Order: sequence, then structure tokens, then C-alpha cells
Amino acid sequence: MSEQFPQIRPMGDRAILIDFKQIIDKNLLKTVLNYKEILEIELVEEKVEVINTYCSLLIIYSYTIENIYDAVLAVKACINSANIVKNTHSKLYHVPVCYDAEFGMDLDLISKEKNISIPEIIQLHTAPIYTVYFLGFLPGFLYLGGLDEKLKISRKETPRLKVEKGAVGIGENQTGIYPKTSPGGWQIIGNSPLNFFDKNTNPPCVILPGDKVKFYSISKKDYLEILEEVEEEKFQLKSEIYHG
Amino acid sequence: MGKISILHPGLYSTIQDLGRFNFRKFGVPQSGVMDSYAAKMCNLILGNSEEKSVLEITQLGPKLKFLEATSISICGAHLSPKINNYAVQNNKLLQINKEDVLSFGKRELGCRVYLGIEGGFISEKIMGSFSWYKGITNHETLHKGLTLDYNTSKKQLFNRNASAKIDSEYLKIKTIEAYKGPEYNLLSSAQQKKISCESFQIDKNNNRMAIQLQELLKNSLKPIITGPVLPGTVQLTPSGKLIVLMRDCQTTGGYPRVLQLSENGIITMAQKVMGDEVLFELIEIK
Repeated sequence: MSEQFPQIRPMGDRAILIDFKQIIDKNLLKTVLNYKEILEIELVEEKVEVINTYCSLLIIYSYTIENIYDAVLAVKACINSANIVKNTHSKLYHVPVCYDAEFGMDLDLISKEKNISIPEIIQLHTAPIYTVYFLGFLPGFLYLGGLDEKLKISRKETPRLKVEKGAVGIGENQTGIYPKTSPGGWQIIGNSPLNFFDKNTNPPCVILPGDKVKFYSISKKDYLEILEEVEEEKFQLKSEIYHG
Repeated sequence: MGKISILHPGLYSTIQDLGRFNFRKFGVPQSGVMDSYAAKMCNLILGNSEEKSVLEITQLGPKLKFLEATSISICGAHLSPKINNYAVQNNKLLQINKEDVLSFGKRELGCRVYLGIEGGFISEKIMGSFSWYKGITNHETLHKGLTLDYNTSKKQLFNRNASAKIDSEYLKIKTIEAYKGPEYNLLSSAQQKKISCESFQIDKNNNRMAIQLQELLKNSLKPIITGPVLPGTVQLTPSGKLIVLMRDCQTTGGYPRVLQLSENGIITMAQKVMGDEVLFELIEIK
């Protein structure tokens, strides 16, 4: 069955779903985010909210849509006439992570299961430039793509009831940071002292879909220092323009 | 400013309005009243605008003491409300005098009742909404010792006998209006038949985030690439469990989305308790 992408259809009486080719790909993400931006501008009068995932957009209306066909047609017109200018640069954030055994409680397990030394795990985890696809699961939780195949590992069979705020984990081919203490099933390899969600700032998150993240390893001593700086709001998150 | 002291918190009561908008992109749930119809009726009776915050009360009502005179309204589930131990009715404008005590009794019908108050409750507004949600607002649920604040405007009420003609039928019906979800067509014809022709019982796992159904729908569908979900999305887990996402649901999910409830469907679902039966009625997009 060949389907035409993007595929645009209603999802209930308050939302319109736009599906792109169902793959995880950083170039497709650029297209998805471009359409998202266009829709946000074009539909500003409609009081909608547009969210993206890997390969879909969802337009959510704050009210029940009266004439869904008209609404879908308007979205189709918007998509078809869109003049896509691919944004080729984004922001790259450098995120500190302490891979101390105290935080990385699953490092031993991964090391044994994958037959990779712990220093090598850290090296493999800090080498890539990860792509932020979207935020979900918890407020401020970043879905990061680009994990090294060698670190791919299944989730815990029984999720932990408590994963600490800042915990850096691996679940299948994804890696991410828990923005707050919560239950979770990912294998935990370290902890970042940064705040990834602050309900009192607008916007509550600094790192957004389309941005890039690179981790760097810090000692326990650095971790405690940065933690203090973060609490005093003195910490400067390192970032730069990233091309590509 | 008036105050309400909580003599007894009840089972699960929260301040809610119509929800948090524009913060989903940061992974923040929409929240807001589970039964938007009853909540809007509460505000309508009081002459409030519909976005004023109300107290959402679940199954077992709290005991509240008002420290100032005001007007209130009670809509939604029938939980035998009483003022100073005298039975009062749902869907009416109720005058409250200083020191009056509002309590609830036996649950007769439905799951969630809404307490509206003249001018709305005064509560912290975070990201454009008063709705309580763990990690976003400082309060999570009503508890003993807490006080709730409300406006005490001295405006003359337009009608002391205000009431609303409210159709309580929806509290009794078992049919839940639903559209086909994005992955509905991946279901086998036997699965499609079962989901729209057979009844499902509300499981003990039901809250503001999601309502699980007891009967399993034998499932061989693979998980999808994590995609968007919203209140009313019905997910099918690998074990065959149907999960109806409600107002506090996450913003994304990886289970196939087999149905999408209409707003009416969500409202009907919001009033179901464990053991109630529901039957999905597939409707076409108008």
C-alpha cells in the first residue's frame, strides 16, 4: 500500500493529525519542524497548539471543531502552499554529566552485558552530537536520537519506582535525562546537575526540538560545584550555533 | 477574600479550570476538568465566565467550612450534598452564610461532582491555568489543614433563584462516542467488531491520567514510533489492555491509538466508576 505523505486527517473532534513517513530521521525532523512553524503562523487566529513527535504533527484546538472538513482543508492548503526554506543551523548545547558509580548504577550491568569497559561506555556516550526530536513523557523530558549502536540496551524488566532528578539513562536506542524524580525503566549511567524544566520561567525549557546536545564527563567535585551554581542561578549553559 | 477550611479532604479533590494550553510542547499535560459539561454548568448558574476555576470532587466528597458568605453551585455526579446537614440539590444556586458547612453523603450517580463558587477560587496560576497537577502547581490534592481562597465581591446576583436545566441522562448512559483512532485500521475485523459491539468494564486503575478497561482485546499489533496523544485517545497495549487517556495524560505515546473519544465521550467517561460498563459507539466525522 503506497500512501501519500504528509497524510492529513482529523483525530477526534478537537485535533488534526499530520503523519510524515514513519521513520526516525534527523533530516525528516527538519521538514516536520518547518511545517510546524508555518502552521503556527498560519493558524495563529485559530487558537491552536501544534506539537511534533519524530514524524508527526498534531494540531490541537482549544475547542470542539465545528466543521472538521473545512479545518482539514485549511490545513491542507497551508501544507501545500508552504514554501519550505530549510533551516540549516540549530543550537548545540554542552551538557555536563557525572558518570560516577554513585549515579550510574547500571554502568556495571551494561559493561558486563555488552562487554565494554566503563570508560569506553562514557567515551561512546559523550562522543555523538544528539538531536532533540521532541519533549514528552514528563515535563522537560528530551527525546534524544543518535545513540551509538553499541550502547543500545533494553529497558529494565521492572521499572524502578524512583529514578533521581537529573538521571541520564538509556532505553533501547534512545538516551535522555529525567527532569524530575519519577518512576522509570531506563538503564541509568550518570546524572546531570542541570535543571531541564523550570515551571517559573517562560519558556520553562531552554533546549527545544531541533536543537543538538553533546554530553561531557565531569567529576563528582565538578558536579557538586555546578549543582551549587545552578541553585544560585549562576551557571552558564554552554551553547553554540551548529551547522548541519 | 473569603476562605474555606477543609474539615475533611474527601477522596481526591483538586482545583481545575479548562486546562493548560500551549505548554504541551514542553511535555506539560493539558489537565483541566474531567467533565467539562458539569463544570461549565456550575459557572453558568453562578453567572461566572466558563473559565473560572472549580473544585473537582471524586466519589467521596470533602467537608468544607465557609468562613464568609458567598454563593455556590454543585453540578455533575450526585453525591448527596448537604449544607449544615440539610440536603441540598445539584444544579441550583445555593446561598452560603458565614460558618456554613458543606458536606457530601452517599454516592447516588456518577463519579465526579463540581463545586463552583461566585467569582471562582483564588489559586496560583501557573502556565496560564489554575489546574492542580503534581510538579506544576504547589498543590496536588485537597488535604486537611489547607484553606481555599475565594473572591467575595459584593455584587448583586442577577438571579437568586438561578438554576440550569441540566440533562443528567449522560450520568447513566453506557455508550461512549468515539471516532476511529489513527491505528484503528490496523486492527483485524474481529478486533474491530469486538471493540464496537462488546461492553467493557472500568478497571480499578482509573484516575485523571487514564482509565483502564478490564476486558482484554487480544492484540498482535506492534508498538508505533512514539507519536502524539491527547485526552480521549484510546491506546491498546501489547497485553491487550485498552487505556483511555484522560485530561492529565502525557503528550506522547508509543502504543497504537485505536480510538479517539469525542468531547462528549470524554465527558461521559469522566463520570464512570470502577465496575461500570461502557460500550463504544463509533461515529463518523461530521
